[in-house]
Amino acid sequence: MIPAAFEYHRPKDMEGVLAVLNEHGDDARVMAGGHSLIPMMKLRMADVPHLIDLQDVGGLSGIDISADSIRIGAMVTQADIIDHAELASVAPILREAALQIADPQVRYMGTVGGNVANGDPGNDMPGLMQCLDATFTLVGAEGERSVAARDFYEAAYMTAREDEEVLTAITLPRPQGGYAYEKQKRKIGDYATAAAAVQIVKDGNVCGSAAIAMTNLSDVPVFSEAAGAALFGTSVDDTALKSAVSAMLDDIDPTEDNRGPVAFKRHVAGVILRRAIERAWSRA
Amino acid sequence: MKDDVENREDRVANLKGLGCSRKRVEDARFTQGKGNYVDDIKLDGMIFGDFVRSPYAHARIKSIDAAAALEVPGVLAVLTAKDLEPLGLHWMPTLAGDKQMVLADGKVLFQGQEVAFVVAEDRYAAADGIELVEVDYEELPVIVDPFEALQSDVVLREDLDPNAPGAHGPRKHPNHIFTWEAGDKEPTEEVLANADVVAEASMYYHRTHPCPLETCGCVASMDKVNGKLTLWGTFQAPHAIRTVVSLISGIEEHNIRVISPDIGGGFGNKVGAYPGYVCSVVASIVTGKPVKWIEDRMDNLMTTAFARDYHMKGRISATKEGKITALQCHVTADHGGFDACADPTKFPAGFMNICTGSYDIPTAYLEVDGVYTNKAPGGVSYRCSFRVTEAVYFIERMIEVLAIELDMDAAELRRINFIRKEQFPYTAALGWEYDSGDYHTAWEKALKAVDYEGLRAEQAHRVEDFKAGKTRSLMGIGLSFFTEIVGAGPVKNCDILGLGMFDSCEIRIHPTGSAIARLGTISQGQGHATTFAQILASEIGLPADSITIEEGDTDTAPYGLGTYGSRSTPVAGAATAMAGRKIRAKAQMIAAYLLEVHDDDVEFDVDRFVVKGAPERFKTMKDIAFAAYNQAIPGIEPGLEAVSYYDPPNMTYPFGAYVCVMDIDVDTGVPEIRRFYALDDCGTRINPMIIEGQVHGGLTEALAVAMGQEIAYDDMGNVKTGTLMDFFLPTAWEVPNYETDYTVTPSPHHPIGAKGVGESPHVGGVPCFSNAIQDAFRPFGNRHTNMPHDHWRIWKTANALGLHD
Repeated sequence: MIPAAFEYHRPKDMEGVLAVLNEHGDDARVMAGGHSLIPMMKLRMADVPHLIDLQDVGGLSGIDISADSIRIGAMVTQADIIDHAELASVAPILREAALQIADPQVRYMGTVGGNVANGDPGNDMPGLMQCLDATFTLVGAEGERSVAARDFYEAAYMTAREDEEVLTAITLPRPQGGYAYEKQKRKIGDYATAAAAVQIVKDGNVCGSAAIAMTNLSDVPVFSEAAGAALFGTSVDDTALKSAVSAMLDDIDPTEDNRGPVAFKRHVAGVILRRAIERAWSRA
Repeated sequence: MKDDVENREDRVANLKGLGCSRKRVEDARFTQGKGNYVDDIKLDGMIFGDFVRSPYAHARIKSIDAAAALEVPGVLAVLTAKDLEPLGLHWMPTLAGDKQMVLADGKVLFQGQEVAFVVAEDRYAAADGIELVEVDYEELPVIVDPFEALQSDVVLREDLDPNAPGAHGPRKHPNHIFTWEAGDKEPTEEVLANADVVAEASMYYHRTHPCPLETCGCVASMDKVNGKLTLWGTFQAPHAIRTVVSLISGIEEHNIRVISPDIGGGFGNKVGAYPGYVCSVVASIVTGKPVKWIEDRMDNLMTTAFARDYHMKGRISATKEGKITALQCHVTADHGGFDACADPTKFPAGFMNICTGSYDIPTAYLEVDGVYTNKAPGGVSYRCSFRVTEAVYFIERMIEVLAIELDMDAAELRRINFIRKEQFPYTAALGWEYDSGDYHTAWEKALKAVDYEGLRAEQAHRVEDFKAGKTRSLMGIGLSFFTEIVGAGPVKNCDILGLGMFDSCEIRIHPTGSAIARLGTISQGQGHATTFAQILASEIGLPADSITIEEGDTDTAPYGLGTYGSRSTPVAGAATAMAGRKIRAKAQMIAAYLLEVHDDDVEFDVDRFVVKGAPERFKTMKDIAFAAYNQAIPGIEPGLEAVSYYDPPNMTYPFGAYVCVMDIDVDTGVPEIRRFYALDDCGTRINPMIIEGQVHGGLTEALAVAMGQEIAYDDMGNVKTGTLMDFFLPTAWEVPNYETDYTVTPSPHHPIGAKGVGESPHVGGVPCFSNAIQDAFRPFGNRHTNMPHDHWRIWKTANALGLHD
């Protein structure tokens, strides 16, 4: 549990960060809360000759809520999300999800930016951000660009972020309608056996729109357009629920691990999704 | 004088003796971060050692090249078996009569096995050095299944003569270790063959690990000037470690000082001797510097002693009315690459022969086959007396299976088969003499406390609702009634490496009426400094707050066999009481002299000796202590000290009645524990608060084991659960509220009637949690399903019973 030697960088601003990144390329990694990266380094599964700590870089810890959107700085912690009253009121799904991530000690350190940028399929925030149609801001030597969360994930730990870029912020439209973040896990601190993020709009008595994503059921978060579409225009009755679940099951691709075999995971994914939709609909 | 005005009740309270919920004296330092654990020890010039470990479960070592590692700045040496061989230290004896490689000698037998020991100026250099030691392995076929091991042509232990008997008798196969029997084979077969009803079950008690929060470690310091070796470490049995170190190193015992500082939990994991200790001692001898070795979490989970791994096959017979007539059990015990179980010498399967449980079973037979596989060695008793958790799980499952076979309520089946109060002392079919018990009273109290009939009615209603499609949740009522066998033990039948399992206490009363008592045991969280002072306070009449308890330093403490198997209170606690009585006997003579009466004319009263019939004439123990040091009393030596070595006449047999109520989500496999009621009878209760804490802790470890904690291997012998991400260690979040209760049936042979309690809740808790799961599915045809009951296995049970559409 002792990492290989590394150089520790603690720049004061983003220019400093980019300078180190440009100099060392993929030998350098930025660190936000460090709760994914440091264990990997200690296990010597991640080789990081140059570690760039973002703690002293200003301007990354804000939560800004405007009339139609929400901007969350990359260094905002899960605890910040949980404690932010206005955010809890305009986007309660964020708080509901953050409360199901790890334990309080980890949530004081773990950041939203790190959670989405790392590309770990077990992390909760990537699926959630896909559900909420968030956009990630990436800063590099060439300047700033935006990538939709739904386009960001390529494979486990592989994302659209270039080695020399830093994910600095997450922007999302104010969520509308009912919500639910439903997660099954073996214990506190565990990744999901299956987790579902659902945001659903009620239009009269029928579903006006639905966005659905699931976590840890593939090597990337699974945003299922078809699952959302299956609910659209329905009264979210049993038939609609079944077709949404069926659509999602077509999109997930779980693998066996200590949480259980594929058949179990697929079954639980269906149950969890159904519960999430029902809860979101009851709140819509 | 203040003593005159105190009434008797106040004087009793002032002692904080037996029965008082005295606050733990240890907690002030632990809660303030002032504990002194082995990794807190820092010595001048101290260097560090750590292991190169095998990535393979079975492989031949063709070569080890340490050249690159030795180039790392700070790396001082790389030890391999070749370096230890001239010293005869490349292998070491195990507690089970086998031997174990200290460093891989030609081959490795399990993943994580110690291959080379890198010694460096700091831990970082050692870790970098480890990365650079090049080991050329030739992979060999891996066997992780003990049944396969007994059929295979692959010989795991090439060092053993396949035709020679092992430490426990003949071996049937090169991968076989021993066969151990108890009871009567033919009569049992005969009763089973002619019985009204026979129930059978095969169960696997999975491999798990004690996983103390503090891992194993040591600091070895060889002083080459005076020839003395000091070894600090996480030892549950420091005196036994000293003897073992002496035997294998040749250093005389008086030149070895073993110290167990504060220990952060042991649960059996810290009983044995590990290669890290031997390598640290050798490295200190070679370098002349203190050497520290501390396991990391993965090392601990993967290599130092595991627990359980018992494949148990049982048959139980009964009359139509449910009276049990016979029990048969066969165990295939997976011991891993070396037999490093920590059991008394004559008991290679521990006290598995307590598997007739709390029931009056006239005929029984047990057979255990120990087997080598490519898994880590161990087989320690994780929070239980030797293999008692396995035994109690077995019988409590067999009872449930028999209840199904008889179509009978499992609580009633237990009731009609309990050993009756008037049968004690009771000799069981497998040989043990149970000292005392009152099972029916405890059982009735437990069932009444939880409204057992009400629970069954609610459960029946739930099953109807489930079948009608109104709910997807089932309700399980877990029952268990256990009898532990603790306090090893009588020297006539219990020893470890020839060391009789007595224990000891030495007391010195200081002139001003305070005291120090030293014991052969060592607390790892049990609160000995609190409770042993309470025993003594009641025995010698000095306040517990004026008594220091010290353990763990072999230079100062009397010899004892250590703390595990709930033996501290039954054995060292008895020694404490007996030593206290020696003090009191001398105090009586001093008091009589001071009061100018005959010895027989004074009697002990709480904290003083009083003249019989004249309570106003007395001498307090404080007065007496002072007199012992400042008065020349004819015929009496000065001073007030005593020592007692206690060889218990029998084990003690704590028991208890547990009930768990669980709701189970059939679709996800997620259980929710609604209620857990635990009634414990540990005999005389020394400190009710500490007992309650022990019960909470033991139940929580039972929850862990029953519901998810396992050391799992894949077919290649890779450990799949080597970190706390996958190895289940419950937190406050997963733990239910526990309701504790008690009855008191004192042990008739223990000086104060105490029986030990630390492990009871674990022993009784595991089957209780498991039975709750199993019971929920009983109405749908479940007979037995193996632990751990994690979500997917519960789901699998439901799925196999056709409960998913």
